[in-house]
Amino acid sequence: MQIVKREGASKKQIILIRLIAIIAAIVVSGIFIVFLGYNPVKVYLNMVSGALGSKIRFRSTLLEMVPLVITSLGILVAFKMKFWNIGGEGQILMGAFAATYIALYVEWIPKPLVIPVMFIVGFLAGGVWGLIPAFFKAKFGANETIMTLMLNYIATQWITYLQYGPWRDPSLKGFAKIANFPDHALLPKVFGIHIGFIISLVLVAFIWWFLKKTKRGFEIAVVGESVSTARYAGMDISRVIILTMLLSGGLCGITGVIQAAGVNKTLTMNVSSGYGFTAVITTYLSGLSAPRVLVVSFLFAILLQGGSYIQSALQIPQAAADVLQGMILFCALGSEFFVRYKVRFSKNNSISSEVK
Amino acid sequence: MNKTVYVEMKNICKTFGVIRANRNVNFSVYEGEIHGLLGENGAGKSTLVNMLSGIYKPDSGSIFIHGEQVNIHSPKHAIKLGIGMIHQHFKLVDVLTAAENILLGNGESVFISSKNKIKSIQDVMKKYGMEVDLDKKIMDMSVSEKQTVEILKVLYRGSKILILDEPTAVLTPQETDRLFEILKSLAKAGCAIIIITHKLNEILSVTDRVTVLRHGETVSTLETGKTNIRELTELMVGKPVSLSIEKVITEKGNLLLSVKGLTALGEHNVPVLDNVTFDLYEGEILGVAGVAGSGQKELCEAIAGLYPVEKGDILFKGENIVGYSPREIIKRGVSMSFIPEDRLGMGLVPSMDMIDNMLLKDYVNQPGITINRKPAKEKAERVTKRLDIQAPSIYTPIRKLSGGNIQKVLLGREIDANPHLLITAYPVRGLDIGASYNIYDLLKEQKQKGVGILYIGEDLDVLLELCDRIMVLCDGKVTGITDSENITKEDLGLMMAGETLSSIKRGM
Amino acid sequence: MIPFLKNALISGTPLTFAILGAMYNEKAGNLNLGIEGMMLLGAVAGFQVAVLSQNPVLALLAAMVFGALGALIYAFLTVTLRTNQSVTGLALTIFGTGLSRFWGKRLMGMTLPESFSKNFRPLSFPFLSKIPVLGPILSVFLEQDLFVYLSYLVVILSGIYLYHTRFGLNLRAVGENTAAADASGISVTLYKYVHILLGGALCGLGGAYLSLVYVPSWQDNITSGRGWIAIALVIFTSWNPYRAFWGAFLFGGLDIVGFRIQTLNLPITINQHFLRMLPYLATILVIIIGSVRKSTSHMPPKDLGNPYFREER
Repeated sequence: MQIVKREGASKKQIILIRLIAIIAAIVVSGIFIVFLGYNPVKVYLNMVSGALGSKIRFRSTLLEMVPLVITSLGILVAFKMKFWNIGGEGQILMGAFAATYIALYVEWIPKPLVIPVMFIVGFLAGGVWGLIPAFFKAKFGANETIMTLMLNYIATQWITYLQYGPWRDPSLKGFAKIANFPDHALLPKVFGIHIGFIISLVLVAFIWWFLKKTKRGFEIAVVGESVSTARYAGMDISRVIILTMLLSGGLCGITGVIQAAGVNKTLTMNVSSGYGFTAVITTYLSGLSAPRVLVVSFLFAILLQGGSYIQSALQIPQAAADVLQGMILFCALGSEFFVRYKVRFSKNNSISSEVK
Repeated sequence: MNKTVYVEMKNICKTFGVIRANRNVNFSVYEGEIHGLLGENGAGKSTLVNMLSGIYKPDSGSIFIHGEQVNIHSPKHAIKLGIGMIHQHFKLVDVLTAAENILLGNGESVFISSKNKIKSIQDVMKKYGMEVDLDKKIMDMSVSEKQTVEILKVLYRGSKILILDEPTAVLTPQETDRLFEILKSLAKAGCAIIIITHKLNEILSVTDRVTVLRHGETVSTLETGKTNIRELTELMVGKPVSLSIEKVITEKGNLLLSVKGLTALGEHNVPVLDNVTFDLYEGEILGVAGVAGSGQKELCEAIAGLYPVEKGDILFKGENIVGYSPREIIKRGVSMSFIPEDRLGMGLVPSMDMIDNMLLKDYVNQPGITINRKPAKEKAERVTKRLDIQAPSIYTPIRKLSGGNIQKVLLGREIDANPHLLITAYPVRGLDIGASYNIYDLLKEQKQKGVGILYIGEDLDVLLELCDRIMVLCDGKVTGITDSENITKEDLGLMMAGETLSSIKRGM
Repeated sequence: MIPFLKNALISGTPLTFAILGAMYNEKAGNLNLGIEGMMLLGAVAGFQVAVLSQNPVLALLAAMVFGALGALIYAFLTVTLRTNQSVTGLALTIFGTGLSRFWGKRLMGMTLPESFSKNFRPLSFPFLSKIPVLGPILSVFLEQDLFVYLSYLVVILSGIYLYHTRFGLNLRAVGENTAAADASGISVTLYKYVHILLGGALCGLGGAYLSLVYVPSWQDNITSGRGWIAIALVIFTSWNPYRAFWGAFLFGGLDIVGFRIQTLNLPITINQHFLRMLPYLATILVIIIGSVRKSTSHMPPKDLGNPYFREER
């Protein structure tokens, strides 16, 4: 057996490989569901109808999609540069933290301006959280994977500290929670969905445009593909890394603002609830394309929403969706290999093909 | 022939993607022989021996070890067959000691019970007259110490076939002499030794036979005693192709580039450029000859602001550009293109299409924050037409083009930018005659426009016919600068091997 | 003070196993972000088997097997199929968390029978209290349950394995310089698989300590982020099993000190949340100092995170 690099698989092949992966995931998870004593077909159908079956359900699915889309876009710009930002969680939380400070503790801002200011400071706070590892990577080559990961947990503890300490709402006795945002700090709704949804669509278009059409986007792609070529072209690589991570962290920060002001109505740990990690995977599976991020995030939102539905409908724990999600991830990741490599099964081809 | 054949390779072929690293290579080594493998960088020497050491598998062809046909599937297997490889980039673990590295991968007892094993390593050292501190960590060692450890590691496993990949590249002359003594004593003890190098004098001083590779093919195998530097140079660099490039006569213009005492350091602080001094005028082509790896790349990069300069000045139109950023240097009209062995990696982004690759140096000059791809598209079309680039379309990722076309894209972009100084290294590497002529014509056209050209080439005939003057580099030093009219190819070969122009002139 | 130290050691025990588990992964050149997932798999499997069989040996075996199964998925994907290590590790954590919660739904509210729990009571050595100074110190380490003793054993065996056997030597070479190890005739793939699986088994044990002894009952996310702390502490304790033990002890103590500080009425109070940041802050500092100094000691295995494919060029 010999493994050879594929010289660019055709679109058809790629789609076929991906389809096989998804089917494999569904089959494997199906076996697992049977093993637990449920009918897999029924479970799957319920998940789909739970996510798309009615207007309200569909709306919840879209709401679930918003944080995934925006965070994935943030991760996307970093990954495009081959900067492995897995610090989305922390960047989301810091964005939410800054926005919460504006919403609850700054009173001199005119009310209509509160939400825009929240977005700006949220973007900056998330961006700064992304900037720290970028700085050390650019200047000293420090490992960004571990550093972004560690910063997640520092942010987590910081928010918990605020929740149990200085920002605890004194009016709630025996229950540690930060006060709810005033109404003027909550995201307005359009067609029953907060404007975060529209923002997420705008951002998809923006990031697509940014990466395709702007100088900065071009630099990111070149640095990601080949640092030596970027050097030959005279690019300032440190600067590219730092600015890109400001954007990457900033987008995650915006997720934090939206989740705090649109869903949770305050700052809690639920603001991030794993989006930073899930987005790493959605981004990876979307093949670093902004429009495809939208598609993959939508599918994931169905999975998450359907998961919580089967809990109430079939009394199957919601976690079944996580298991399914895990299975799909494994299969999708594994299929990557078959896109990049061909496996040849000719025996001893080095000997057979000679001797005259 | 009464000697036993230890290694025999027949009709070996190996390709990496679009690059054919080895084509029908035939090669054999006897017991007790030191066999030189000679060829320029990229001629396929390393690829060939890596197939012996189990790192690569040949696409086709067969290998015989001690007369038996084998299919070497892993380094472990190679070791079992008694093949020991001393890699150019040492394969040693920095944080471990010499003894630990020597014992690595050896399978006998569970525990590293030191005393017995240390003793047997010391026995090997004594046997071949080698010395090294076994408790020293690799990262604290000098280059030659590391190399000794590599050799010991191989000998400790009882290898009878030793392969050394460019072993002298990082050694001082004294260390080289010592290494050669060790090799001779190993050969006397019955080992078969393959030594890869591109240094001709080393081939002559240490080997019994020599096989020359060029462009992945075996050119010839000779007995060292019956050949000389001239013959080897010719074999290595290529037979004279009967071509005549019409020289364009231009008036010598103003001084464009003046390099003074340029020194730069490489790995292990070995100078890769050593006090290089030369001038280049407008409307002139200055050729740089030299065996690949003699400092050409570093020279190009230093001028372009990409390689740190240790000492010396680079005056461009009278302005010292040492310490300027690459972008500032590009802005002043210096264009540099270097075609590396794999043809990609420097100057082009393989996954992007031609249009985006055209943009690489231009995009900064566009107004606003967005990129307008229209001029780049026009440029891509223009370049495609002008250089006759064969591509499915200008939207095809560069990676999918053939090597020659990839090169044309690169050079086409650089010329299209109308530079004042054009530095081009190996622009015809791997191109056929027609395509090469195309490129020579382009360069001549630039010259007529008054552009100063620094041309780094392989083919001496081309250098002689294309260039006004030729500078020869050897180990980072300039061995001479001469008018191309007053020099023969043979003399250039001698200079590439390290003799200075003045000593040749004296001999005449 | 002595009871506090005893508790710190107990609180650090799951960390010890998890750090060693992460360490074996990283020594083989694989950065595994699935530690948390493998711990949870071990925790839930161990608890289930304990409830069913009431046999401590079987329970621990189950924990190890399930930890290793998680690791097997990871190893197959990253080593054989060469997927991105970080993404695969995250997927493993998502999968492990999901599966343990799903499975654990049925275990919620169950308690371990007395006949099982008595196996993990702290031993007591009354004579220790008669020895001055040394006695109390020894009692911190000796008056512990058998699971803690198992962690001592694993630490010491790991130390011997890594530094005194040829397998350990070969393993270190794989992580430090995969190409060199390969060229030396070491089967890189085999070493990676074996040690990733071994790491998974150890993470499973770490999780099982939580569900079987420390808590001891099932609750969702029983590891509460200890897998991530372990990834941080591997760096802090510079891939050394002995330092891993002391690191786990130290941060196990910090984990419980938060509650105690409030009862101690100290003049200066340090907020427990800031204390909890310490492992992460310390790790960041270690990374920064290491990269600024470009030092070679106390640095991660050089080929950590780099996929290896012999013929890639």
